[in-house]
Amino acid sequence: MPRITRDILLILLPVVGAFAIAPALYSNHLLLFNFIIFMTLAQGINVIYGFTGYLPFGYVGFFGAGAYGFSLTVMHLQAPPLVALAVAAAAALALGLILTPLFRLSGAYFSIANLAAALALLQVVSNPDLESITKGPYGISLSGVFNPTLAYAAALAVLAATLALVIYLRHSHLGMALQAIREDPISASMAGINVVRERIIAWLISAGIAGLAGGVFAWYVSVFYPETVFSVEFTIFATVFTLFGGTATVIGPILGVVILYGIYNAVGISTPQYFQLIYGALIVGLVLFLPNGVVSLLQRRGIYVP
Amino acid sequence: MSPDVSPLLVVDGLVKRFGGFRALDMLSFSVSEGEILGLVGPNGSGKTTCINVISGLYRPDGGGIRFAGRSIGGLPSHQLVHAGINRTFQVPRPFLALTVRENIGIAVAYGRSGNGGADAEALLASLDLAPYADDPAGALNSAQQKMLDLARALATGPRLLLIDELAAGLNPAEFERIAERLKALARSGITLLVVEHLMGFIDQITDRIIVMNAGKEIFEGKLADAARNAQVVEVFLGDEHAA
Repeated sequence: MPRITRDILLILLPVVGAFAIAPALYSNHLLLFNFIIFMTLAQGINVIYGFTGYLPFGYVGFFGAGAYGFSLTVMHLQAPPLVALAVAAAAALALGLILTPLFRLSGAYFSIANLAAALALLQVVSNPDLESITKGPYGISLSGVFNPTLAYAAALAVLAATLALVIYLRHSHLGMALQAIREDPISASMAGINVVRERIIAWLISAGIAGLAGGVFAWYVSVFYPETVFSVEFTIFATVFTLFGGTATVIGPILGVVILYGIYNAVGISTPQYFQLIYGALIVGLVLFLPNGVVSLLQRRGIYVP
Repeated sequence: MSPDVSPLLVVDGLVKRFGGFRALDMLSFSVSEGEILGLVGPNGSGKTTCINVISGLYRPDGGGIRFAGRSIGGLPSHQLVHAGINRTFQVPRPFLALTVRENIGIAVAYGRSGNGGADAEALLASLDLAPYADDPAGALNSAQQKMLDLARALATGPRLLLIDELAAGLNPAEFERIAERLKALARSGITLLVVEHLMGFIDQITDRIIVMNAGKEIFEGKLADAARNAQVVEVFLGDEHAA
């Protein structure tokens, strides 16, 4: 498919290439790493919310499940990091499967139930009685596998795979079917779409992306508390970035992260006292004037946005 | 309609309850291949519920539905679509944010029609939607959205098409065109079950009608005979008009 090839050449390769050479030019590697994580999470939200229409307030649950899936595999089985990453994805997928009954709910009810599920998982892993398994509230330390260079490369690979997947969705029947479900599930079923199956596929793709992101995050930072990887801020940031850029496109969430997370860090470093004010005003402005994101400036004029 | 041909759709003792209310109360009828059957009745008589059950939106609470010799009661909608049943909605339900062409393309891709996939471009042209093919469906007016709803249904290559008040709200010219189109569909071998309040429309296109009241069939036959049926007149006009 030429459009898929075009988007891989013009979007995926430049983004991944930029992050591949950036560490040589810029010394704050943690910040670069966080950009990669948020780009990945924003695309994960894009799959289940942007394409399929279900807003997962508890999206961070998958991220945390991935972080703990990775860490527990390393701690208890002394497994190599790549094996642990596979477990991270599997943990998130398992959580996704357990949560599939949430699709009986719609709209805000789905979002809130999903948030509750993520908070419940946080309470389970941080339970002091489970200290022998999860280290409870005392947090994880993975000094044995600490290797920021490799973890950075792994995060980049996860981002590349995620972008490739979203590019595929953008140009495939599956992506179109997910958007049909978002627009009207009943009409979608009358177009012959198996709504239950397709949205679970989208949900698991989205969960797997966050699980892998959580796994590489755990690997990169190596020391963290349960609250770190179950912080609702991950969900909120990734969602706001996706909305700001524009949903159901490939470049929307990328733009959202570059612009908003860029401003977030620039303002936070230069004038932290005005940070909340400037950031808040920006988001209010977005909701009022660009509810469909930055890319809608082009889409409104009939310009196709990949 | 030769009586020896087994009917395409057989509805037998169909029951649908909403709480204590029986929206369909032992409804039975059948439709032959290539027939246009009209389903009429006062508001709340169960016509749309009947279509919703046949198209899989609601599960039946009793009775059976056989389509092409196969029992289909309670199957999910997408399986019914693949079996050859589709419908239009009283209030059209296109995918508003997608383009008109994408709306039809999805149904072609996922409809898995036995006819090897409908031709989206031909459908766009035959339903006068070609000029708007690249516009979002939300930009269409309501008559055009009705045509898009019909196009989405036809794109899946149905053998049985359930039409829920397609003519309501159309102007007389559109009304004539859609009547001709439905008759052409029937001639091409698609069986139609048409719910409609506009009797002129029903008279123009149907061979046979079923009159429903309170979830039951009260009359079956030609529209002209229905107008002389005491029970039908009573249901529509009140008992002082009944002979």
